[in-house]
Amino acid sequence: MNAEVRAIKTSAEQALTSAYEAARASLPGKGAVAALREEAFKRFDAKGLPHRRVEEWKYTDLRALMRDALPLAVPPDAAAKAKAKDAGKIFAALNCRRLLFVDGAFVPEASDLTPEPGLTIGSMADALAKNDALVAAHVGKVFETGDSAVALNTSLMSDGAVIHVAAGTVLERPIHLVFASSETPSAAFIRSLIVVEKDAQAIIAESHESNVSQINCALEMVIGDGAQVDYYKATQTRGLHVASLLLTVGAKAAFNTFALNSDASLVRNQSFVRFAGEGSNGGLRGVNLLRGKEHVDTTMLIEHAAGHCASREQFKSVLDGQSHNVFQGKIVVKPHAQKTDTKMMTRALLLSDEAEADNKPELEIFADDVVCGHGATAGALDPNLKFYLMSRGIDDKQAEALLIQAFIGETVEEISHEGFREAIMRAALEWLETRG
Amino acid sequence: MSLLEIKNLHVEVEDKKILNGLNLTIEKGQVAAIMGPNGSGKSTLSYVLAGKDAYNITEGDILLDGESILELAPDERAAKGVFLAFQYPVEVPGVATMTFLRTALNAQRKLRGEGEYSTPDFIKLVRETSAKLGVSQEHLRRAVNVGFSGGEKKRNEILQMAILQPRLAILDETDSGLDIDALKTVSEGVNRLRSPERSMIVITHYQRLLNYIVPDVVHVMSKGRVVKSGGKELALELEAKGYAQYTDEAA
Ligand SMILES: Nc1ncnc2c1ncn2[C@@H]1O[C@H](COP(=O)(O)OP(=O)(O)OP(=O)(O)O)[C@@H](O)[C@H]1O
Ligand SMILES: [Mg+2]
Repeated sequence: MNAEVRAIKTSAEQALTSAYEAARASLPGKGAVAALREEAFKRFDAKGLPHRRVEEWKYTDLRALMRDALPLAVPPDAAAKAKAKDAGKIFAALNCRRLLFVDGAFVPEASDLTPEPGLTIGSMADALAKNDALVAAHVGKVFETGDSAVALNTSLMSDGAVIHVAAGTVLERPIHLVFASSETPSAAFIRSLIVVEKDAQAIIAESHESNVSQINCALEMVIGDGAQVDYYKATQTRGLHVASLLLTVGAKAAFNTFALNSDASLVRNQSFVRFAGEGSNGGLRGVNLLRGKEHVDTTMLIEHAAGHCASREQFKSVLDGQSHNVFQGKIVVKPHAQKTDTKMMTRALLLSDEAEADNKPELEIFADDVVCGHGATAGALDPNLKFYLMSRGIDDKQAEALLIQAFIGETVEEISHEGFREAIMRAALEWLETRG
Repeated sequence: MSLLEIKNLHVEVEDKKILNGLNLTIEKGQVAAIMGPNGSGKSTLSYVLAGKDAYNITEGDILLDGESILELAPDERAAKGVFLAFQYPVEVPGVATMTFLRTALNAQRKLRGEGEYSTPDFIKLVRETSAKLGVSQEHLRRAVNVGFSGGEKKRNEILQMAILQPRLAILDETDSGLDIDALKTVSEGVNRLRSPERSMIVITHYQRLLNYIVPDVVHVMSKGRVVKSGGKELALELEAKGYAQYTDEAA
């Protein structure tokens, strides 16, 4: 980074620096944790907020988009906790173990902490303060990246979930991390760690609903050999939401992630995934429903560092109004990762002439015996299909709704868990019903 | 009053004139066959009647029950009883046939101020109707027309017609793509729907269909107009002599 450019800090960057300096002493964790923060902050300070000249952030210029940094969130009061009771209704029907976070802070009294063999749940704030062994082993280490949004998260991480699933454990219920926000606009830096040990099985869901707040959340996840993990993330926000998934997958493991963004003003969902052991399968999928001036950026780096792994990426977006969807998918196949099999597909459905979809698939292949494919399409609804439906008496809006539903259905149908599949489809249908 | 009156209809697509002062009247309960050379505008007429918006109507009018329908959207025309069995039915991936049929039926009923069908009544209706037309349950479970053979798609059109019970059905080359047995089944299905309250426009190239669905009148179209009308014997004459004399007349 050019020093002259860095000489001019935006007001948001200045505010973040002041926030860090003021909070440094009171943020959870001393010693090694404090050193980790300090080192991360130096990285952030050198680079500043990600901007359009950083290739990975080309379409989401955070430096320009973030006019100001909001004050750091304070622990929620009783009213904020009470208001959060109904949050996360998207997955409410699924009999999940519910863990509640308000403005990023864990609310144990509103969380289901019923003991379950093989499962350990804690708050990140506690774990950092205690310099917990699991946290010491993994936080900041699952997928090292120079990304400055992740660095900022590490500098200011305050709370989040720490979940450990012991080897061979099959969780009885899905775990639902419910992130709610209070009425007071604030900035929250959420950090979570999920470790699913060898041959264990877990379903993790995450829902975010926030007002104009600025959320920067990072989830580090370690999937052990032979383990199976499903991870769902549903995001709604009227503010800014930057989420980073840092994931390492062992051998013969399986995982599927699904992200739904609807009624999301400004979202960056970035994933850093490493296949570190042979013979694993992973699916990354998602649906973005955008309208108005909403902007959703899905960016991922999938690193095949071990051979004989298969990954599938499928993302669909529906864009109305002047919304903007970004998909950037980079797949890297390392020299020894032979027999890698990847397929990346992204499709955008443009409901308005003013909406914009940017697709940037990238393949970097250093092994010779691999199958890697990608495809991207963007287009409007087919007028012939719409006419066919309307000629049978179905009105304009309903005909569009059926076709949009069919478009996203193709991806939602890939969810093998019936409950989550239905919950996500229902949320998508609700969005369709509120289309003007 | 006639059910349908098309008066001096001029239609263009992308500045190309396709219908050229077409006049046609269909009486209540009448089955009218339309024949005519390839490219004479038969399918265009059927799309324009159904309300497809790619067409530019530069002159003339279409009256249903004496009222212009030019300003009505396709769904509003459907609710008034207009139904088009497409020459080339489209595949609609991801939309289940049953959902489609049910949404269509209830939407039409709603626009007409009638009550919705209950689920059991609807399923019963579809099951009985599809059995008569030889449409299998397996096909009903698929997405609309997806993976259907040409003939299966045509049958599915007639199934939709039988369920929606239109007052004006336009069958655009429903016979093409049907095997001999299917032609019989489908024609029987169509004949069952013949009633004094229902009119049909049967577009075809072949006299054979008209042996099964016997028309009250036959119209010959050429270059975007009706150039000759007559009884069912006109179809036989066309079969024997071709269109030459009429296309020359029109020229
Ligand atoms: N969208 C369009 N753009 C340009 N030309 C068109 C379009 N639709 C129809 N035409 C032209 O209009 C003419 C009439 O077409 P139409 O499909 O109505 O004929 P038809 O009588 O149904 O023919 P067939 O017997 O082959 O089905 C043809 O010359 C056709 O190429
Ligand atoms: Mg035709």
